[in-house]
Amino acid sequence: MNALDISALTKTYKGGTQALKGINLQVEEGDFFALLGPNGAGKSTSIGIVSSLVNKSEGSVRVFGHSLDDDMVAAKSCIGLVPQEFNFNQFETLMQIVVNQAGYYGVPRAIAKQRAEKYLTQLDLWDKRNEPARELSGGMKRRLMIARALMHEPRMLILDEPTAGVDIEIRRSMWAFLKEINEQGITIILTTHYLEEAEMLCRNIAIIDKGRIVENTSMKALLAKLNVETFVLDLPPQSAGITLEGFEHRMVDDHTLEVDVLKEMGLNDVFSQLSKQNIMVLSMRNKANRLEELFVRMVESGREELDQE
Amino acid sequence: MANRNFVALRTIWIKECTRFLRIWIQTLLPPAITMSLYFVIFGSLIGSRIGQMGGFSYMEFIVPGLIMMAVITNSYANVSSSFFSAKFQRNVEELLIAPVPNWIIIMGFVGGGVARAVLIGIIVTCVSMFFVDVKIHNLPIIVVTLLLTASMFSTAGLINAIFAKTFDDVSIIPTFVLTPLTYLGGVFYSLTLLPEFWQWVSKINPIVYMVNGFRYGFLGVSDVSYMTSIGLLVVFNLVLFTVAYQLINRGVGIRS
Repeated sequence: MNALDISALTKTYKGGTQALKGINLQVEEGDFFALLGPNGAGKSTSIGIVSSLVNKSEGSVRVFGHSLDDDMVAAKSCIGLVPQEFNFNQFETLMQIVVNQAGYYGVPRAIAKQRAEKYLTQLDLWDKRNEPARELSGGMKRRLMIARALMHEPRMLILDEPTAGVDIEIRRSMWAFLKEINEQGITIILTTHYLEEAEMLCRNIAIIDKGRIVENTSMKALLAKLNVETFVLDLPPQSAGITLEGFEHRMVDDHTLEVDVLKEMGLNDVFSQLSKQNIMVLSMRNKANRLEELFVRMVESGREELDQE
Repeated sequence: MANRNFVALRTIWIKECTRFLRIWIQTLLPPAITMSLYFVIFGSLIGSRIGQMGGFSYMEFIVPGLIMMAVITNSYANVSSSFFSAKFQRNVEELLIAPVPNWIIIMGFVGGGVARAVLIGIIVTCVSMFFVDVKIHNLPIIVVTLLLTASMFSTAGLINAIFAKTFDDVSIIPTFVLTPLTYLGGVFYSLTLLPEFWQWVSKINPIVYMVNGFRYGFLGVSDVSYMTSIGLLVVFNLVLFTVAYQLINRGVGIRS
């Protein structure tokens, strides 16, 4: 069964801006799914419609088979939302925020309090439970929104840039937590601007731009499309006059070499040619994250196609 | 389903009550102080020179109107500021994403406004007891008028908050509409003191019916029939609830 089934979804805002131009999207139950796109591409509008914060213009949304139009209660009960912006009452305590959220879903107060302890503890917030939310750090606020979204134990969790502005240590602990709950069966849909995050966590991916889906495939299949990778090699100073036959390459400065390597060629030949020229490679790295490179290319090529239309 | 709705309603109501109790210095204390000043100035100092009105001492006459004035302003202010604040901080989204029917959202917020209004009514009544021997002619009419007035102005405050885009928008109606209507609504005088034309004009003011219905409950005297007061309150409540329900259903001011 699909956790999410979006069909021919359009959204035109007052003033005429067409944010979604008929998107179709399916997310399988249990998936860890990335929805990527540049700013203003339509990600937040799509998420807003699925979570009932934005009125759609046309099309349909089904959540675990329940139509958002005809079976709203069942559909909404399946969704937990972690929005991009902090949207809790800053003056309420953490406990009040999460227990109230459970109450809106009909969870009795006694059970809500038990769940509050469970999720606030898992997200390392239990010690702060009686403090007003405004006193939390940015990372804690993000984790609070995850705990709040889980209080009614949804089958699908939608996270809109959950790690924005969060330091790497907390980001890694959030990744571990999200992986864990995904393994327990919760379907996760993630939007993020950290593409390494999407590459590491997600099994399937859709790229949206200018209100259209420009790619919808598995992460593996997508990364396999990357046929050229650019590597940056750090060399000793004054390493000029290097030649690499069969490879596009350029010196960025007198000790940094960039080499474009086709997928079928491999790196051995690069090293072998450099060794023959007595050039020592001090270190090497990818110029950009693999997914990031693909993402930029796809968005650019998608825009060229649109321009041609 | 019914149980889930009840839990959701209870949750919103508790949240609303917790909010105004948490900021009691802003919500509960000011009416007590303001009304004490009214009692001292209009009741004791000036009232003693006015003599009787409607067959009662001036102080006795103004007590029901002053309680009603506090109920009206506080029920309106509670919901308009709370709902606008929920819009402003975006925590209204917590409700919009949940399977809470829109009528439950309205009832929860209005219930919070009514709770504050009833509490204010009790506080102002207690304050008035320091100045006058409060009489009760018909308790059920007092209770019904109080609840219907509080729910009506809570719903009106909600509608105000739905349309409001800035904090100024929340204060415009209380300042330029509610306050004049309340002061001209027979709180401080009997309509019979006015020329016939202005009596007729005053009867267009809905607050006249609420003040007089409430006064009838306390003193047994009124410029209008208490049945008319209660009937009008029921009609106003139904109309405002329907308007609020339609606005929230359409997502006005809360969904893009």
